[in-house]
Amino acid sequence: MEGRAIDTGAAMEALFREERGRLLASLTRGFGDLDLAEEAASEAIEAALAHWPAHGVPSRPGAWLLTTARRKAVDRLRRDQAYAARLAVMYVEAGRAASTPAEGTGAEFPDERLQLFFTCAHPALPAPARGALTLRYLAGLTTAEVARAFLVPTATMAQRIVRAKRKIREARIPFRVPDADELPRRLPDVLQVLYSLFTEGYAASSGEELQRPDLAEESIRLTRILRRLLPSEHEVAGLLALMLLVHARRAARTGPDGELVLLEAQDRGLWDRDLIEEGRVLVTEALTEGRAGVYGVQAAIAALHDEAVDVASTDWAQIVALYDVLLALAPSPVVRLNRAVAVAMRDGPEAGLVLLDELADEERLRHHHPYAAARAELLHRLGRLPEAAAAYQRALELVGTEPERRYLWRRLRATGQASGDAAGAPEDSGSEQGG
Amino acid sequence: MKYMLLINAGSADADGTAVGCTVQDWMDYDASVRDAGILVSAESLADLVTATTVQVGPDGERTVVDGPFAESRELLGGFYVIDVPDLDAALDWAARCPGARGGGAVVVRPVADFGA
Repeated sequence: MEGRAIDTGAAMEALFREERGRLLASLTRGFGDLDLAEEAASEAIEAALAHWPAHGVPSRPGAWLLTTARRKAVDRLRRDQAYAARLAVMYVEAGRAASTPAEGTGAEFPDERLQLFFTCAHPALPAPARGALTLRYLAGLTTAEVARAFLVPTATMAQRIVRAKRKIREARIPFRVPDADELPRRLPDVLQVLYSLFTEGYAASSGEELQRPDLAEESIRLTRILRRLLPSEHEVAGLLALMLLVHARRAARTGPDGELVLLEAQDRGLWDRDLIEEGRVLVTEALTEGRAGVYGVQAAIAALHDEAVDVASTDWAQIVALYDVLLALAPSPVVRLNRAVAVAMRDGPEAGLVLLDELADEERLRHHHPYAAARAELLHRLGRLPEAAAAYQRALELVGTEPERRYLWRRLRATGQASGDAAGAPEDSGSEQGG
Repeated sequence: MKYMLLINAGSADADGTAVGCTVQDWMDYDASVRDAGILVSAESLADLVTATTVQVGPDGERTVVDGPFAESRELLGGFYVIDVPDLDAALDWAARCPGARGGGAVVVRPVADFGA
């Protein structure tokens, strides 16, 4: 093992991405301070980059890194007595043991990341910062990478992270795993952060050239870590299942020109069978152990899509039933919208349209382009072309990403109702089609 | 660590207590904060009609006006300062406070520490 050559920085980066999160969690637990932990972890990794290529990778790299990082942190505290005093006071007040954790034994050192998940997803932090902190500290991304992931300038992201860290420090958001009785209240916050990262990865995967960290992959990786840390929480299994079952369709989701391909038109041969299989096993686990949760049910719906050979043979009756379960667990207009679409597949477009029109006054759907697009689709199928065109227009006014815009524009033209085909600029099209 | 719980009243009944909680609720809460040994200080504020605002301009001129009046729903009705280990503990005490119910809200603010 020793003397193993290190060829490229990429392999090192991959190793450290995983290690950085564990190091940070362990150091934060030991020293109670995220800044100090971050600094010490970076210095330890720098030391490894300097040391290992020449002297070989130690037999227990994780323990080496932790020992080195702890020494760096202690050095820092010796240099900065005021800082050390402040940390010491915090410790005494928090009633924690002031000693650093014991030297790593066995599996190198205990995995302390669970508490970091809860700190990063703390409801007292602003929502956009929660995902950013989770990527920064648990996925081990650099601030620049996190900024690219969210498509914001690095300086903006740096400021967001600094502000959140300041709140953690000054309001003293604790680094701890919630007790068993508060876990049911706090776990959804963590799952929400991970799921938001996942959907953000999808919403923005718009075929740009941009070198962008893959948020879907990162959130799956993080959820796998969380699952190892909380193996008996069925909603963690449900969330991981949902992500895998959706992610399995990734290759079929965009066409050669980056255009959006909807579920019914996807080449199902491109779906990732291994991910689907893994997801299906997890769904079963998520739904058989205790009460069904929102992620488990959504995963079950995704599994039914993934198991069908085509749209026509999809078990729409079962999907409608699962949406009913989901509505009972977490009523929302968006779920009702999805249920209406499933009903249209089960009972025909007329039945679906009736349900969609019942939602017309929902505030949350008024500016929701999937609602307008779903109405357009059903009107189109019913041959009510001018109304369909108007609904496509409405969806185009609201849509965010370029592939979705192009998709809707193609659908609008398919109604034969679009004015000025050549213009090619959907936002210029007026709403003269009317209802 | 010290936190101030700023109690913003929600809609009040005729007798001035917030909807959905009784004087007994407040007394129980107060007793539980004292029994827990975390109380630093606590006051309940007199009615807003008794409030007076003072400002001193750049020229040293003092302006005294009646009010403020309740323009916003968020009306500071009282506060607790408690000493607890971390924000989670402070949030738990805020959630137990009767002022957090009945449309009221409790704002939790760490007390700045300029020592050390």
